[in-house]
Amino acid sequence: MSLLTLGARSPEAALLMQRAVKGRSLWDDARRRLLRNRAAVASMAVLGLMVLTAVVGPFLAPYAYDQINKNDVWVGPLTGAHLIGTDSLGRDLLARLFTGLGVSLAIGAVATAVSLVIGVTWGAVAGYVGGAVDEVMMRIVDVLYSLPYIFFVIILMVTFGSNFILLFVALGAVQWLTMARIVRAQTLSLKQKEFIEAARAIGLTRAQIIRRHIVPNLLGPVVVYVTLTIPGVILSESFLSFLGLGVQPPMASLGTLISNGAQDMELAPWLLIFPSLTMVATLMCFNFIGDGLRDAIDPQDR
Amino acid sequence: MLSFLVRRLVVAIPTLFVVITLAFFMMRAAPGNPFSIDRKLPPAIEKNVEARYGFDKPLVVQYARYVGGVLHGDFGPSLKYRDKTVLQIIQENYRVSLTIGLSAFIISLCAGVTLGVVAALRQNGPLDYATMGVAILGVCIPTFVTAPLLQWALGSQLGWLPIASWDGGALPNLVMPVTVLALPQIAIVSRLTRAGMIEALHSNYVRTARAKGLPERLIVTRHALRAAILPLVSYLGPAFAGLMTGSLVVERIFGLPGLGKFFVNSALQRDYTVVMGMVIFFATLVILLNLVADVLLAFLDPRVRLS
Repeated sequence: MSLLTLGARSPEAALLMQRAVKGRSLWDDARRRLLRNRAAVASMAVLGLMVLTAVVGPFLAPYAYDQINKNDVWVGPLTGAHLIGTDSLGRDLLARLFTGLGVSLAIGAVATAVSLVIGVTWGAVAGYVGGAVDEVMMRIVDVLYSLPYIFFVIILMVTFGSNFILLFVALGAVQWLTMARIVRAQTLSLKQKEFIEAARAIGLTRAQIIRRHIVPNLLGPVVVYVTLTIPGVILSESFLSFLGLGVQPPMASLGTLISNGAQDMELAPWLLIFPSLTMVATLMCFNFIGDGLRDAIDPQDR
Repeated sequence: MLSFLVRRLVVAIPTLFVVITLAFFMMRAAPGNPFSIDRKLPPAIEKNVEARYGFDKPLVVQYARYVGGVLHGDFGPSLKYRDKTVLQIIQENYRVSLTIGLSAFIISLCAGVTLGVVAALRQNGPLDYATMGVAILGVCIPTFVTAPLLQWALGSQLGWLPIASWDGGALPNLVMPVTVLALPQIAIVSRLTRAGMIEALHSNYVRTARAKGLPERLIVTRHALRAAILPLVSYLGPAFAGLMTGSLVVERIFGLPGLGKFFVNSALQRDYTVVMGMVIFFATLVILLNLVADVLLAFLDPRVRLS
């Protein structure tokens, strides 16, 4: 029994046990490296703060995001009751920014989750089952990969109207391809490892092996790619919003705020500046965290 | 090599077919039709109009007809621009999109590779940090932020460049749109090149080249760069697709008479044939570029050819 459980562990796990004597596991190492990366740590702090603002902000703000104030149209920042000014309908920009940030982050998170589920399942099954199944599954990915997907998202949004839920799913559904490729490549190399052979030897089914042994070991590269997918999704949504196909007014996302701001730039530059800064800061945070995670989990690149 | 080419072509053609099929049925699933949007027609007239364009037939028959037409190079008439065929619309407007797209493509490759190589050679130096800092900004700032900012600064404040017009594609009119379009791609290309270059510079064959006493310039250009741009070659297709997407935004902001406006407007107006024509046009370009990239990759990397 003890031999079996030992055999079922990965080489990483064996290494982990050795290192346990010294009190450091591979994940400990990764965390240490990540925490040494100042840009990544700062980004995590900023992002944490942003999430908090997006969740709590709307309750604290004195105005609702869609509250129209006829007497306060185009008020500049710091001049009246509105901290960072109002838009052409007199809506409080701060309140709209809170809501917009929340909506953008939510779209990023949900769409990425959709892409995660499809991509990991697809890649792991293709990689592990192999043979003709792999060939067919990856051919499908190849074909889909060379589609100009944004056109399909546009057609989709036009077809079904700018539906909130659909926007999440559509953006997620076009992002899973790269994830599937990464996961498949990783699975192929994992498949050769002794601990998978051991798992097969003790009679686990394919599904069990994929779920219990392959997927958990994919965590590293998947986590890295997830942090890089979220900003991509946020950008795509803002792009759709710019074309008038994304989040519909009076709802706000960073994309709609920026594209509205760009129209009134000469009259009310704050409408462009604050949302843009927020968006750039958000995307940069994700990028720094992603880069930091990659360096921490896969130190080969350094 | 020939069999490799054939294999790739065999993938490319079904891809195009999938594109056409998906776009056709997605477009038709949309509620409404091109004639029901402006005003309500009397039922009898609507029936006649539908019969004129074959919309009274079952969807599958229409699909078969459309694909048959496309195979003969007939993309049908536009349903909204009454006196034009889809091919005419594309012919009249593709130059603008292709000019800014290709210019941005070439500029982003040249600038991106140069920046990436320089950053890799000075790894962890100030120049590296500066380049990568700019690259991160380039990825994070959307085109529809850079475009109005540039318009404001260079156009309305300094008055150096025209704010928005095409003017037959005069150089000053091209500068801003192309720059805006190229910036995000420059950022991505430079990051890819830098990563590839750093890996190549640490490889054994570069060490061998150094040991042989080759001059550094040759090591970089002949040995390291060739391996370093491999990941870049597979990025060519996505890069081009990204530029095409970006040009939808850029054309709108700078008021350029390209294909971009036709795509979004036609989709909104249910101008089925024009939307299909656009999708096929862009998809063919992207697929062709992917094909070129694949062949290039096989040419540069023997491992790809043999597997």
